[in-house]
Amino acid sequence: MIDRRTTLQWMLAVSASLPLARPAAAPLTPGPAVAGTGYGSDPDLTHIYRPGEVWPLTLTPAQRRTAATLCDLILPAAGSTPSATAAGVVDFLDEWLSAPYPRQRTDRDVIIAGLAWMDAEAGRRFGRDFAGLEGAEQRAICDDICYLPRARPELAEPARFFARYRDLTAGAYYSTAAGRQDLGYVGNVPLPRFEGPPHDLLARLGLPDEL
Amino acid sequence: MPFLTPAAAAKNHYDVVIVGSGAGGGQSAYTLSMEGARVLLLEAGRRYIPETETPMFQTPEQAPLLGASTPVKPFGFHDATVDGGWQVPGEPYVQGSTEPAERFDWWRARMLGGRTNHWGRISLRNGPYDFKPFSRDGLGFDWPIGYEDVAPYYDRVERLIGVFGGDDDLENTPRSPPGCLLPPPRPLVSDLLIGQRARRLGVPVIPCHKAVLTQALDHRRVPPLLHPQNPAAQQLLADEMQRRAPCLWATPCGRGCSVRANYQSTTVHLPPALATGRLDVVTDAMVYAVDLAPDGRARGVSFVDRLSGAHRSVNGRAVILAASACETVRILLNSKSARFPHGLANSSGRVGRYLMDTVGTTVVGQIPLLENLPPHNEDGAGGNHAYAPWWLYREQRAGKLGFARGYHIEVGGGRHMPGLDTVSGLEWLTGGSYGASFRADARRYYGSFVGFDGRGEMIPNDDCWCEIDPSVKDRFGIPVLRFHWKWSLHETRQAAHMQQTFAAIIEAMGGRVSGPQPIDGARAIAPGGSIIHEVGGAMMGSDPARSVTNAWGQTWDVSNLFIGDGAVFASNADKNPTLTIMALAWRMSDHLLGRMQRREL
Repeated sequence: MIDRRTTLQWMLAVSASLPLARPAAAPLTPGPAVAGTGYGSDPDLTHIYRPGEVWPLTLTPAQRRTAATLCDLILPAAGSTPSATAAGVVDFLDEWLSAPYPRQRTDRDVIIAGLAWMDAEAGRRFGRDFAGLEGAEQRAICDDICYLPRARPELAEPARFFARYRDLTAGAYYSTAAGRQDLGYVGNVPLPRFEGPPHDLLARLGLPDEL
Repeated sequence: MPFLTPAAAAKNHYDVVIVGSGAGGGQSAYTLSMEGARVLLLEAGRRYIPETETPMFQTPEQAPLLGASTPVKPFGFHDATVDGGWQVPGEPYVQGSTEPAERFDWWRARMLGGRTNHWGRISLRNGPYDFKPFSRDGLGFDWPIGYEDVAPYYDRVERLIGVFGGDDDLENTPRSPPGCLLPPPRPLVSDLLIGQRARRLGVPVIPCHKAVLTQALDHRRVPPLLHPQNPAAQQLLADEMQRRAPCLWATPCGRGCSVRANYQSTTVHLPPALATGRLDVVTDAMVYAVDLAPDGRARGVSFVDRLSGAHRSVNGRAVILAASACETVRILLNSKSARFPHGLANSSGRVGRYLMDTVGTTVVGQIPLLENLPPHNEDGAGGNHAYAPWWLYREQRAGKLGFARGYHIEVGGGRHMPGLDTVSGLEWLTGGSYGASFRADARRYYGSFVGFDGRGEMIPNDDCWCEIDPSVKDRFGIPVLRFHWKWSLHETRQAAHMQQTFAAIIEAMGGRVSGPQPIDGARAIAPGGSIIHEVGGAMMGSDPARSVTNAWGQTWDVSNLFIGDGAVFASNADKNPTLTIMALAWRMSDHLLGRMQRREL
């Protein structure tokens, strides 16, 4: 779970925040602990894995609800392009935060505390948990923490959380077929020849065709 | 049945026992068995079959954690490495110092083919200067051989494994003779932009040389060149060459290749060698000692069967150690006897001395000209198509640089398969966008980053060495290595120069360096061992008092014991060592065959 140092940093962030509108209704009940020993040093590389297959998922339903809301604020649907949750990002985040490896354990501390902060902050400002807020209310909170250099000093920890959360959400989203398509990635297909860049692109950039 | 149990192998008597199945062991097994020797190849790891085990076309979301690196898969889930990495469970090594700058990180892989399964495939020849560095600047050591001795073997290796490259002929960057190389692939947009702007700074950017088949190998022309007078070997090689498909321009080479389009020992060296019927392989054989006959010659080696824990010994007329430079050193130092109390072949005291890695540092830049490019396929041949060989020989000779040896630049860029980090850390560009504007930013910046990896020559020094730790043993009871490491100013100043150069190229491209840039070379330089170009430790030379082997890789002290991996390197040019390891192994094997035919072994 969360180590003591992280807890202290977050308590500072919470206490320095806006006056409490009402006690936080945040999902502070801990979920299941991280379990499992990972996939070992010789896993089957050709198998197609699903979150929860190698180690159990551990986020509580309340945590997943907050997580999903925040994911879709970061990457909402756009026309026929799916939102982050529709692309399965929450399952990935749950897998990541439930993994028995050091980097993921560090993220778990930051992300779970951050999700709790989002709910607590939502409660303070608007009297509901984060998922229950209107879009404008949600964005009001996110706007305060979406960019660390502009965040108020007492919101530095939530801003660091938001940056990491956005990176994980985007990393997961753009690792899916929908995300690849949205970025315009057209590779990972066998080709008889490698054509290289289109000639008119090179001409536009003032580049020769060869080195 | 060429894959044998330890018990079956122990009943045979081989011409040659080879320890290790990577670049050096694979090449030795190939050359020797194709030319008639009976060979036993021992591999510490498990059998590995790229044709069925390689994750071709798997996408990141099909792997746990989107394929992110973990302590047991440091290069990511889909990387080919089996049972390997900076740490191997139950097989520790020891740092001689607690100083972070003095650590040596040792990469191992426990699998058939060793590290050739995941390596970067960059296949550069050493140049004439690289074999005579001491004569040029008074530092380090000369090799007892020159470029002209190795060149014919570079030709052969390039023809055998298939290497693409250009026909540039630059100072100390040899051009391969016509017919050795395959045509290079088209450059990416980023390669061309880097080339255009770097040239304005005097930095030449040319096609890289990599062991990837840009077209099918010529199975009619090549085998007679490699095996004249040997129609049976020609036929076997021709058959295997036809079983290798050319590159299909997708999926990273570091995963290995199920269609055998790039070089791995397991897909290139071992199949024809096994087809001779003269190569036997025992996997899970953790060799710990070379056994001596009463006359002081090597009788064979002893190993632990990793599966049963049983100890076995196997016999041969000659022994080749090609276990990786440090593991080879470990075997020599653990092979103590009354005759060799300080370890085998160590009368010079130089076993374990003058370990080297490559100087490495990286700079990433963001390039506005590369934003919002139209979608097009840039997968290419598993990574960089271009590189910049060292270009400041004249300035260096004039003493203007403050460090004595050169580096090359491996350039990267392109619209590669998106993954966990593709659009991470963009705040410095986006101002912290989220929502629809973040989606637009992701599209804008995807593919707009370029990376520069410096790979520089390290000069061997007295402070970089390894020895047997007096107390720590691995899970088999085998004493482990303890490493000592110190960079000299030649390396740290070189790393600082890399940083400055890469920033200048990025600026010349109209871009900005991503993230804080270390000015201090001692902070910029990657830790010892981390570039995974471990060489040295059993240096070849012309003086038995100052080297471990002669010019053929034959140890001075034990006439039928040979070193077939990077341990024999007397210097570590900026050129990636794998091609040279193979060329030297082929040359050594030719020599060994000749001595066997003359009944000298």
